[in-house]
Amino acid sequence: MNVNRLTSQLDFQAQALTLRAERQRVIASNIANADTPGYQARDMDFSSALKAATNQMPAAGQMVTTRAGHMALPGGATAEQTALRYATPSQTNLDSNSVDMDRERASFAENSVKYEATLRFINSHVREMLDAMKSPSQG
Amino acid sequence: MSMFKVFDISGSAVSAQSQRLNVVASNLANADSVAGPDGQAYKARQVVFQTVLMGASGNAAGADPGNPVDGSAGVRVSTISEDQTPGRKVHQPGHPAADAEGYVTFSNVNPVEEMVNMISASRSYQNNIEVMNTAKTLLQKTLQLGQG
Repeated sequence: MNVNRLTSQLDFQAQALTLRAERQRVIASNIANADTPGYQARDMDFSSALKAATNQMPAAGQMVTTRAGHMALPGGATAEQTALRYATPSQTNLDSNSVDMDRERASFAENSVKYEATLRFINSHVREMLDAMKSPSQG
Repeated sequence: MSMFKVFDISGSAVSAQSQRLNVVASNLANADSVAGPDGQAYKARQVVFQTVLMGASGNAAGADPGNPVDGSAGVRVSTISEDQTPGRKVHQPGHPAADAEGYVTFSNVNPVEEMVNMISASRSYQNNIEVMNTAKTLLQKTLQLGQG
């Protein structure tokens, strides 16, 4: 059996977890800059970012697989490769700050819950693996 | 680990907001200060916030500070500006600090404005503390990954 197949599902969840942490950081920046004049709120399109991270081509300077025996590379989910977009302000503001605190708080709560969900997926996957590895005589 | 940067970002915001709260406190404390012997009354102060990039990768450091390409953007207090509007004058000839025409110059602090500023600073402070608390909880759960 291919060992890669054991962990490919885990790799996907790990990518999702990394992206959730990145998004958490972006939203924290928006909340921190809620009173800064001229600041433009940013956010990421999560589904397209995850799609990009899971079937990503290696960038220059990264390790590449050149022989059949090499192990496959995990895709990298970082903010540098993730396109951040600017939020459109729902209300005009005198200091041209586009942070909408209600929206940011909602996104933050949503992202926290989904981060936890991904953590649970990984946890149950690990437990599943360990259960499958046990011998029938073991409890 | 990018989640650790949340503490840097929110920490910078918390310290900036507490500085704003300090300035509001000194403004409110001096709301009824009168002009001293030099004729200059206390002038209301305001903090000016500025976005600061936090340990971003090299390409982000040169970017426009208002719109960093990297996600990490903290806050700092760039300057503290003084309100230059003239202080309010009250006719009180018996006051020891009155001028030749009997007017006393008070500071130019507007207490209503300062109270609103205080509420806004306190709400922003609370928001950032909550962001840090959530990040802490999530990190603790990440540390327990695979244990249960």
